[in-house]
Amino acid sequence: MNKLEEKAVSLLQSGVKLILGYEKGDKGARPFFCHTPEDASKLIYDEHATTNLATYILKPELMGHDKVAVCATLRTLRAIAQLASENQIKGENLIVFTITEEGNGDVKEFSGIDEINSYLTDKELEVAQLYKELDEKLSGMSREEKWSFWVNEFSRCIKCYACRAACPLCYCTRCITDVNRPQWIDPWPSPMGNMEWQINRVMHMVGRCIGCGACTKACPVGIPIGYLSRKMLNDLSEEFGYIPGQAMKDGNSLSTFKPEDKENFIH
Amino acid sequence: MDNNESEFEPKIVAFVCNWCTYAGADLTGTSRIKYATNVKIVRFPCTGRIDFMLLLKAFANGADGIIVSGCHPNDCHYTSGNFHARRRWIAFRHLLEIIGVDVRRIRFSWVSAAEGAKWGDLVNETVANIRELGPYTEYTKVAQYVEKEDNNE
Repeated sequence: MNKLEEKAVSLLQSGVKLILGYEKGDKGARPFFCHTPEDASKLIYDEHATTNLATYILKPELMGHDKVAVCATLRTLRAIAQLASENQIKGENLIVFTITEEGNGDVKEFSGIDEINSYLTDKELEVAQLYKELDEKLSGMSREEKWSFWVNEFSRCIKCYACRAACPLCYCTRCITDVNRPQWIDPWPSPMGNMEWQINRVMHMVGRCIGCGACTKACPVGIPIGYLSRKMLNDLSEEFGYIPGQAMKDGNSLSTFKPEDKENFIH
Repeated sequence: MDNNESEFEPKIVAFVCNWCTYAGADLTGTSRIKYATNVKIVRFPCTGRIDFMLLLKAFANGADGIIVSGCHPNDCHYTSGNFHARRRWIAFRHLLEIIGVDVRRIRFSWVSAAEGAKWGDLVNETVANIRELGPYTEYTKVAQYVEKEDNNE
């Protein structure tokens, strides 16, 4: 019995009704809802555990009155910290634990959001290799080339909204794309509708995106959509005063302001 | 007017705040200052209300240039609407630059209710700029893609 399984069994025996974790899937790891101590042996935790489980902890059907524990990766922790800063998490029913990075499989349980925040302070948010390559490619392009690149990329979008479903921070109960009086964004795939949808997604993520890359992974046609919000996250961090990957201490970027915000483009 | 019919006349949409720029544009008129007629003014309660989607919709429906204008910082009728709007514009402009939308076509400005002459200059300058840049077919081409396909059938 490894330490993860021990932890899971002890949690389930002490009144936790559900553990959100990972089990072995066809391609690495997949999300797993562990309800009983017998199932705890199926739990795994490795580098393939990339799905952001924080998407589940906002589901009312999972987060009822019972205690739920999350086996959180670094990505999940970041999402939980951001969600907590947006008052989306009721702490009393949620137990968060992670496997420490030292490699001996030690389990660390967090006492609360504050401990998660301090755990994240020295964890730098890395830029994925795919995004680095894209960055290099795009930096050499003229404006017109960038435009045709993105129009081309977005024209492949099939509007499945997997990016919305996979993102732990896309939690509006009524999404702008479902608003139909007026119909802001074509709900069906169309070049402009796809473009507008992604622009909206990125704009709603300004300073909130935690760079987990769940959207890029979820995209069935392989559009590198996460690049946009990830790049915005890095580029605007100084301007808006946040550290990528960590929750903002006093309100999100677009719900706060500084009187001395840059004004060089307003004439 | 003896303008050549084939000459390009830019279509400009101005999104302005009710309390400053709209009143400022009114003052331009009452002061009998002449300015380009290419602009269509859309009045909003505050710059904070000017959603970035409105700008995109203007481009998609054939606007060649956009003016966004409101109260100077600290003059907002609602105390902080323009500060919030400014943040949104910083982010929005940056995103448009990444995607490759022509940000030169969006002109941001602060025009107060007393700056009638500034409004006239702003419109004239924007029209001159857009006239140089030409029609924004790059954007409308993408927006009308589906329509065109239907017509071909």
